[in-house]
Amino acid sequence: MKSAVVQLPGLNRDRDMIAALTKISGKAPVTIWQTETDIPDVDLIVIPGGFSYGDYLRCGAIAARMPVMQAIKAKAEAGVKVLGVCNGFQILVEAGLLPGALMRNASLKFVCKEIKLEVVNANTDFSRAYEQGQIIRCPVAHHDGNYFADAETLQSIEDNGQVVFRYAAGTNPNGSVNDIAGIVNAGGNVLGMMPHPENLIEAAHGGSDGRGLFASALDVIAA
Amino acid sequence: MINARVTVTLKNGVLDPQGKAIEGALGALGFDGIGHVRQGKVFDLQIDTADKAKAEAEVKAMCEKLLANTVIENYTISLA
Repeated sequence: MKSAVVQLPGLNRDRDMIAALTKISGKAPVTIWQTETDIPDVDLIVIPGGFSYGDYLRCGAIAARMPVMQAIKAKAEAGVKVLGVCNGFQILVEAGLLPGALMRNASLKFVCKEIKLEVVNANTDFSRAYEQGQIIRCPVAHHDGNYFADAETLQSIEDNGQVVFRYAAGTNPNGSVNDIAGIVNAGGNVLGMMPHPENLIEAAHGGSDGRGLFASALDVIAA
Repeated sequence: MINARVTVTLKNGVLDPQGKAIEGALGALGFDGIGHVRQGKVFDLQIDTADKAKAEAEVKAMCEKLLANTVIENYTISLA
């Protein structure tokens, strides 16, 4: 499986993401710079975390309207897997690739800590290495991760099994509605999540609970 | 040249923790009798045309495409 990592001014988790993809797939991802509109032929495109364009206007708003995102949107519509983590998730909702919006944390504080996630849907291209209902550890680091969607949208993503990860009981760090931490689009090939699985993939990180997500998306699940 | 002012506010029912914090701070300064405080954004734009209808249509398109996130925000436009 070939992967690519998007690099935009202000994104700063790209190196962690490249390291995770390289270690888990055994192959370094290609990188896509902000001015590119000709996206290489890959199976997985990852938009990492950070503060693209200084978080100006709204987090992810400027990045979502760059030509590179139009090209990624076309790839997503053609079925290519797209993963957005943290600012990447914010960019995907601003670009309309995922429903809802990410607002300022209810506490108004930047949160940087470890939380627990419940795998609510283990039947997606991004979560099949986990067990249904499994609780995993994962770090979060964000100021605007408070997921919001209107009642009708919320009902539809819940009914369609589009909620993939929920903050486990008592660990919701940002006030997200229904404790939502990560969702997929209706087609199941675009996942956005606030927590950082790329920062928990090896012993040096203190655990490897995040590995399953990449193993699923890169199709390298040990038999 | 037409001057346009766009005001973007959160929709009713969308939690505004920043507005809440400001509400609390105003109370702490001794301002009583404050109802809810909601925080928004203001954009001042200059549109290079003399045609008001055209300017308004253009600013509306800007709001829909960039200035507001219509999932959570409303906007109003005033021209001068």
